[in-house]
Amino acid sequence: MEIVFWVCAVGAVAMGIAVFRVDSMARATFALLASFLFAGVTVLLVELTYLGVLVILMMIMEMVVMAVFMVMYMMNPAGLMPMTMVHNQKGSLAIAVGTFAVLAAGIYLVDWPTSQASRPDEPTMQLGEALMGPNMLTMIVLGLALFATIIATVVLATNRGRYDRYGDRLEHRSPRDPVRGGIDR
Amino acid sequence: MSLQDYLLLAAALFSVGLYGALSQQSIVMIMMGIELMVNAVIVGAAAFWYFTSPDRPDGQVVVVLAVTAMAIEMAAGFAVTTAVFRARDVDTTDMAADLKD
Repeated sequence: MEIVFWVCAVGAVAMGIAVFRVDSMARATFALLASFLFAGVTVLLVELTYLGVLVILMMIMEMVVMAVFMVMYMMNPAGLMPMTMVHNQKGSLAIAVGTFAVLAAGIYLVDWPTSQASRPDEPTMQLGEALMGPNMLTMIVLGLALFATIIATVVLATNRGRYDRYGDRLEHRSPRDPVRGGIDR
Repeated sequence: MSLQDYLLLAAALFSVGLYGALSQQSIVMIMMGIELMVNAVIVGAAAFWYFTSPDRPDGQVVVVLAVTAMAIEMAAGFAVTTAVFRARDVDTTDMAADLKD
């Protein structure tokens, strides 16, 4: 357990650093995927089987989608030419190192509480009962937020919606398309 | 394997993500940095649940919240990238900050 944790911890951080060091965007995506997988295993180690598997499966799908977007938008997806697209690297590095130092100091200075409570046999059952019971509001808000995301992303990603084609009040009988198509009626 | 070890891992992931989000120019690379930061929240919340309050489900609920936040962040980020790319034909923040020429 101890060894697995430290291998995963070092792997997650190393792959996280690699995301911003490798030349190609596609490699960066898969480095990020490796980082998430290592982090997912550490979640599995604290007996959160369902959430660990959920994180791992979600990350695999997410990174595959991200790789597609990389190829769509980004220059140099294959890393044939070395590239650096950074600004204010020294300042960012200083802020990041400073943040880590402050957080690490806090981690070792704070007297964290320890729990004597027994761990549940079924953490997943505990989570499900919480989400369908006392924490129902959380679940409702998450559902609403996801639904709003669906609408917002479709609106943002639409190139020519119905208001572009039929006018602001949808008053045109035939759509104003760059190329006329369809049957003439 | 203790709470401190897990929090140290979370702090390291958060710092790496912060560096990426601050230093990268490409919008998608900035999203990668933000995802690393949210991932640190997932690791930290899971550790807090296991080591400090395993009898209460709140730590697990925070993990669910972080996972959802990550999904929303990625979907919205890609939609914004698509909209910006369509409108301006740019994919970096510095170019998007300039007035249209």
